[in-house]
Amino acid sequence: MSSATPTRPDSSSNWLAIIGGGAAVAVVFVVAIVWWLVAGGYFAALGRWMHESDLGSALRYILEALAMLVCVLLSTAVLIYFERKVWGSVHIRRGPNVVGPWGILTPFADFGKFIIKEPIIPAGANKGAFLLAPLVSVVLAFAGWAVIPVNDGWVVADINVGILYLFAVSSLGVYGIIMAGWASNSKYPLLSALRSAAQMVSYEVSIGFVIVTVLMCAGSLNLSDIVRAQDTRFGLLGWYWLPLLPMFIIFFVSSLAETNRPPFDLTEAESELVAGYMVEYSASLFLLQFLTELVAILLMSAMTAVLFLGGWLSPLPFPPFTWIPGIVWFLLKMWSVVFCFSMVKAFVPRYRYDQLMRLGWKVFLPISLFMVVLVAAVLEFTGLGANVSG
Amino acid sequence: MAEAVFFWIFSTILVGSAVAVIFARNPVHSVLFLILAFVSAAGLFLILGAEFLAMILVVVYVGAVAVLFLFIVMLLDVDFARMKEGFVTYLPQGLLIAFVFGAELVYVVSGWAVSPHAAGAATPSGTLSNTAALGEVLYTRYVYFFQAAGFILLTAMIGAIVITLHHKVGVKRQDIGAQNARTPETAIELRKVPSRVGI
Repeated sequence: MSSATPTRPDSSSNWLAIIGGGAAVAVVFVVAIVWWLVAGGYFAALGRWMHESDLGSALRYILEALAMLVCVLLSTAVLIYFERKVWGSVHIRRGPNVVGPWGILTPFADFGKFIIKEPIIPAGANKGAFLLAPLVSVVLAFAGWAVIPVNDGWVVADINVGILYLFAVSSLGVYGIIMAGWASNSKYPLLSALRSAAQMVSYEVSIGFVIVTVLMCAGSLNLSDIVRAQDTRFGLLGWYWLPLLPMFIIFFVSSLAETNRPPFDLTEAESELVAGYMVEYSASLFLLQFLTELVAILLMSAMTAVLFLGGWLSPLPFPPFTWIPGIVWFLLKMWSVVFCFSMVKAFVPRYRYDQLMRLGWKVFLPISLFMVVLVAAVLEFTGLGANVSG
Repeated sequence: MAEAVFFWIFSTILVGSAVAVIFARNPVHSVLFLILAFVSAAGLFLILGAEFLAMILVVVYVGAVAVLFLFIVMLLDVDFARMKEGFVTYLPQGLLIAFVFGAELVYVVSGWAVSPHAAGAATPSGTLSNTAALGEVLYTRYVYFFQAAGFILLTAMIGAIVITLHHKVGVKRQDIGAQNARTPETAIELRKVPSRVGI
């Protein structure tokens, strides 16, 4: 990212940033106003039509999905700026401060730059798979957001198997990387894809066991129900991070590995593989790969917030804290986890590949397997387990 | 209405990609089409209301099995020209095998009926969610079959490990416990080295 360096960008990227930022804000306002009119009862008839008729429901789902998409895209822009500022602070430098006031338009300048550049497809590449790979990645990364409950009842698709869906979508994410690595027809991308596949498959195993313990405690696979199950009179001490503390740590570290973040970014280790599977990608195709990583980080943070940090629940379960809307708490929790992700990247050195595999298979897998048995036994013999059969 | 539309979409993609698995020239494309077929099958499960099966299909087959499959195919050095060479010579045998399989399939499908034993099995009540209902049947009535399936998979896994595990002699191996147990006192030795002599 050239704009991370403190050189002054040319005026065209400034204009692009302003236009891009303005357009994004305008879209958000339009969506917010439509949403407010519908939800607020001003178009009660329209709202009823949207809930009762088939066509209306379809339209509602599309609008909700679009609103979610726009919010996530804006969050990725915030994420770019936020992370660079965090890293800047850690390294005792300023971070992005050139485009726009305090540099807040830097991400839009970045996006604009990627879009107007020329995409280059290598002559030896498998063209179809090469073009399809970033699309697969980005679609899967955004698809996971469909089931994330940002507030009580604020979820695009409130499905029964929400957590399995998330798990499925995140395990499919590896295909974008494998396809990109293979289709590039180049050495570094292929090696990177190999590493990535082994890494993601290994850490999915422990993530799966962590999810199993959480859903044993909650007695449901629905993400909203998992959050509701954490709603006890103990407030933040009743959320699953405390009773399942080892699993919380394993989940956090595994999600770093699952999103290929440092210290586990072996797939794009600069000193060994240049940029890994993204070596041959340029312009908007690279932008899609880049967006995928950011959205995956946000998704994993949201997942941590929902599974272990009580989602939209207030940390202190009494007024005035319960008067604050749940979405504020959710966003605070999610961005706290994002902050941890950024800090880890800033000061933890990269793992060696054999250490990474050892950690996944010889440390996390036995611990999480043992914890599944332990949690199941505790729930069974103390009668704390949720009554599912009822 | 919507169900019918999605059924036709998913089944068209499923059949189309299944055909493409056979006819794709590049084996990697074949595997990618196979994955598309899996995902469309998961979509069909969703339409049937079997959301748990759909997700498990995606997690297990697409998320884990097909990844390894794809890798093996990618890393094999397949010569397309040589693969096509024997096509005509093997055609009669291939057709014969296809005919036998086709006949068996027709025979099995035409004689298909719900067995009286399974029909009387515990039918989950309508109030339960898909996952809970499946769990109740799987862990009560069919628990021994379930465990037996698990043991078969375990045996296969142990077999694969036994075949591939070789303890080579003369290779320096890493002992993480020993490494972590080292302290500066045991790892560092200070010596007085005389000049021009060495240790």
